[in-house]
Amino acid sequence: MKRKLEITELIFKIISYTLLGIFSLCCLYPFVYAVAAAISGYGPVSNSEIVLLPKDLQFDAFKSMFSNNMFWTSYSNTLFITLYGTLWAMFTAILGAYALSKKRLLFRKVFNFFLVFTMWFSAGIVPQYLNYLATSKIFKSVGIMDDKWLVVIAMGMAAMNIILLRNAFEGVPSEIEEAAIVDGATEMQVLTNVYLPMSKSTIATVTLFFAISRWNGYFWARQMMANSHEHPLQVFIRLRLEDYTNPDTLAGWELRYNYAPDSAIYALVVCSIIPILIIYPFIQKYFAKGVNVGGVKE
Amino acid sequence: MKVRAADFLVYDQETGAYRENPEQVVRDDVEKHYWLHVGRTIIKDWRLYLMLVPMLLVFLFWRYFPMYELLSCFKVENPVVPVSGQLFSGFSYFKRLLFAGDSLSSDFWRAMRNTFITSFYGLCFGFPMPIILALFFNEVRSNGVRSVFQVLTYLPKFMSTVIMTSLVTMLVKQGGTTTNMGIISQALVKLGVITQEVGHAGLLNNPAYFRTLYQISGIWEGAGYDSIVFFAAIIAISPTSYEAAQIDGANKWAQMRYVVLPSILSTIVIMLITRIGSLLNVGYEKVMLLYNDRTWVTADVVSTFAQRNGLASTGQKGLAAAAEMMNNVVGMLLVIGSNTIARKATNTSLY
Repeated sequence: MKRKLEITELIFKIISYTLLGIFSLCCLYPFVYAVAAAISGYGPVSNSEIVLLPKDLQFDAFKSMFSNNMFWTSYSNTLFITLYGTLWAMFTAILGAYALSKKRLLFRKVFNFFLVFTMWFSAGIVPQYLNYLATSKIFKSVGIMDDKWLVVIAMGMAAMNIILLRNAFEGVPSEIEEAAIVDGATEMQVLTNVYLPMSKSTIATVTLFFAISRWNGYFWARQMMANSHEHPLQVFIRLRLEDYTNPDTLAGWELRYNYAPDSAIYALVVCSIIPILIIYPFIQKYFAKGVNVGGVKE
Repeated sequence: MKVRAADFLVYDQETGAYRENPEQVVRDDVEKHYWLHVGRTIIKDWRLYLMLVPMLLVFLFWRYFPMYELLSCFKVENPVVPVSGQLFSGFSYFKRLLFAGDSLSSDFWRAMRNTFITSFYGLCFGFPMPIILALFFNEVRSNGVRSVFQVLTYLPKFMSTVIMTSLVTMLVKQGGTTTNMGIISQALVKLGVITQEVGHAGLLNNPAYFRTLYQISGIWEGAGYDSIVFFAAIIAISPTSYEAAQIDGANKWAQMRYVVLPSILSTIVIMLITRIGSLLNVGYEKVMLLYNDRTWVTADVVSTFAQRNGLASTGQKGLAAAAEMMNNVVGMLLVIGSNTIARKATNTSLY
């Protein structure tokens, strides 16, 4: 039976659609504008004539970026950090969360508190910096000279992600685990053949969280990496932005290039967004699914 | 606890004498061999404990050791001697920051005030937006249309802080002699929100607009994504609740008030606790990327104050650590306090 819409309901629906539409367009617009500005010529960009469509088409901003070796170095550094950082984080998080999900683990409350306390209290930037300096010295003394490994191993571990995993593992019925143990499975086999397949979507989500935080990492990478050949993409983009807003770089720009410095920055922005946009349709559902609040307490 | 003789001794009728309570013998035995039991369990389940080791080491090294470094706020500054060997200076750094009355101290107070104001604005404007958005999403009955809206609004969350701040910087940039101001500034000038001069000088160079830009870019970035949680809570409401309310003659507002709001209240409380917990952890990365020395008046927060004064080569690490210590302790008290209040008032708590 179709009910007639009440007047309040109708008004609310109209308001919802309108505001949602406006907000969605606001979310999309900066990216569309970035693409348009990246491929427009010097005049239209510096006079801010572009609104939606590019004018005076040029691709030199992209070309000069692609011919810049530092761009590719920073890109590969970011890929390196994202790949190994996510693998390492998932390795520690899955093992730790699995152990924490077991009722028979002694001192379970103590270990949980050990994690949760880091969500309440963080030391802050300066002590963390001193600590990274100290650990970086230890790394160097062991022979790991590259600061990339410090960023991979030390940064981006989040207690919340481990708790998400732990809760997922706790949701696996213990009968299945018992059946596996009766069949002679070892602890490791129980984890890989029972727990991991049964909490696939949470694992995908947590992997995504780790990967995104690595891909986006900026501040500590800039603080800890003195050598510009180690810089990840985010640091490279930021340094470019600082460079292109510097009056000395801008002097005589229009004589040398047919694109505005803005276009160079927009081109960088577009290039760093494209990989995310490509995988976005595939990961979006995990991103939306895995946000499970609550359940931190024991 | 009262200790009674019967717990330890029982009367044996056969021999006519008291002897030890067998249960107590067992209890004594368990207590005596508690650590033995612990050791045996650990050896039996050694794989489980081995699995914990990498995680515990990571947290110990990079979460708990920094807390030890935080103690440098009590130590006299001397880079030659390691932290443990430095002299205890008591609360001199704290006194210096709080009561010295010089420019550093007033900078610290300004940073503290900005931290509170920024978080408070975030709570007032940033927090309700996802809830409102989720209510709107719920009105869109067609799944296809709703996914389009959702995909578009989640999109900015995927961008890094650097990308987001670069876009903001470019969109409201200042004008030069040959260049025009950013496109958003231009639109605002056309709409009459800001004057030509303000737009030309650059909104990010103007302390009066920093907080607005910070909050709006925050909403732009996070509102869509944060609405997922609330939307999940709203679609979990059984349709029969709405039907019952409609039969009772409730219009849309009454349904909102008496059906939707009570159902998502626990989610709101939990999110609010998390929010308050990170209240003083203002996203320092974002502030650092957006502010400049002209906007310190409204933009500088404790983390950036500590970063400027502590990480520079001439920096005073002890002072900076003392500033962060105060910030973090207040932050932790806020988490615990809000959690306790929430548990008492609504029976919902996060920790």
